Amino acid sequence: MNVFASIGRAVLTVLAHIGRLALFTGQAVAGIVSPPIYTRLILAQMMRIGYYSLPVVGLTAFFTGGVLALQIYLGGNRFGAEAIVPQVVVLGITRELGPVIAGLMIAGRVSAAIAAEIGTMKVTEQIDALTTLATNPMKYLVVPRIVAAVISMPILTAIGDSIGVLGGYVVSVYSLDFTGYTYLKNTVDFAHREDITSGLIKAAVFGFIVALMGCYNGFNSKGGAQGVGNATTNAVVTSSILILAADYVLTALLFHR
Amino acid sequence: MTAKIQLIGVKKRFGSKVVLDGVDLTIEKQSSLVIIGGSGTGKSVTIKSILGILRPDEGTILVDGEDVTHIDGSARDRVMRKFGMLFQGGALFDSLPVWENVAFGLIQGHGVPRAKARDIAIQKLAKVGLTQDVAFLSPAELSGGMQKRVGLARAIAADPEIIFFDEPTTGLDPIMADIINDLIVSTVKDVGATALSITHDMISARKISDHIAMLYGGRIIWTGPTGEIDRTGNPYVDQFIHGKAEGPIKMAVKA
Repeated sequence: MNVFASIGRAVLTVLAHIGRLALFTGQAVAGIVSPPIYTRLILAQMMRIGYYSLPVVGLTAFFTGGVLALQIYLGGNRFGAEAIVPQVVVLGITRELGPVIAGLMIAGRVSAAIAAEIGTMKVTEQIDALTTLATNPMKYLVVPRIVAAVISMPILTAIGDSIGVLGGYVVSVYSLDFTGYTYLKNTVDFAHREDITSGLIKAAVFGFIVALMGCYNGFNSKGGAQGVGNATTNAVVTSSILILAADYVLTALLFHR
Repeated sequence: MTAKIQLIGVKKRFGSKVVLDGVDLTIEKQSSLVIIGGSGTGKSVTIKSILGILRPDEGTILVDGEDVTHIDGSARDRVMRKFGMLFQGGALFDSLPVWENVAFGLIQGHGVPRAKARDIAIQKLAKVGLTQDVAFLSPAELSGGMQKRVGLARAIAADPEIIFFDEPTTGLDPIMADIINDLIVSTVKDVGATALSITHDMISARKISDHIAMLYGGRIIWTGPTGEIDRTGNPYVDQFIHGKAEGPIKMAVKA
């Protein structure tokens, strides 16, 4: 009997979590489309989420592009296909690695920060204080972060894509035996518009996931410093997993015809 | 005349733990009621229920005769504009300077332009004895007593009809506690507001209230004018106001 009881409890806990998250998501989306819109806060969050993430996204994209070029060169070498480096780099970066690496970096950097900030506000009653000041915490805290992340992520990813391709270019031209002209020509000729747009759509979804999970875990944190710590960890873990899961689903939806 | 706030049979439980077990309470217009009671008796749950931060399981809460038990969204915001609240820990927004904390309700809730809201904030800070240079500090740079004052200035900034005080003197030294008590009395009178406070500090309770209600076992077990608190003949009230370990109230050492 005990086994069934504990299985039942676990299932109920999971269902309750899913239900709470669904409700939270619904409220957040409803908040996005109804006034008031806090433009000032959205811009401030775009600074924090987007602009200040540029260095980390740029650096990771650069190295990712570089290592991708090197690996494709070495692997392609086995069957005489090393010339395909620029094509594979641009495809891999724009479709997949650009948005995913940016998403994971933002998950670590931004969703942790959001969860810690909102979690601290929660345990120090600042969120209750918002309510007593006739301000809806959902609209004031959650919506600006989600909107800012959804706008910032595609921009970050577009920049990351360019830097990733640049990383591949640098490695190919200065360390392998490509000429700059052929590398760029092959890149530009090969890439289709939908390779890039599909990556940017993914990026927007990842931005939504990161901000949502940061806010959700922050809002549900309880019990002081340890609770805020747990919320931060959960935000990073859940948003990273959801990014990879969503990546698969989106790839299937966008390219499976 | 309808009461300013009325609670009818309010019940709230968390899991299997019953916190409020049918609270009935009436707060008359422009009166100052203090709810006393031990830790964990549901004082905070009572005011959070009135504010809509918690949803009662049963019962009705009326504000100016309007049922606010289940309202949400913009209707909730409209009712909240009548309220101001001083939180126990201050609950100041640490990302904003002091003046913006005080002006927050004016700017966000009432749509007052920022420059005008700042002037009002500085006036309100003066009312609680803080000078203009404090206005541009961050809340983290203030002492506990100063944070309480800023919290009080924020609570009265929008001239609310109702002000809640959550343990206003907890964590302050006796002199600062007395100063805060005086400020509460004078500001409430000044604004002409109805006040509801929760505390277990009897000195503060006697000073800031004209009525006292005692919460015990999830119900209001006694309510009456502050002057009568010493001759209630209620053993629970007597034990509490004299702070005796012996008596009918058994403190649960283990939760």
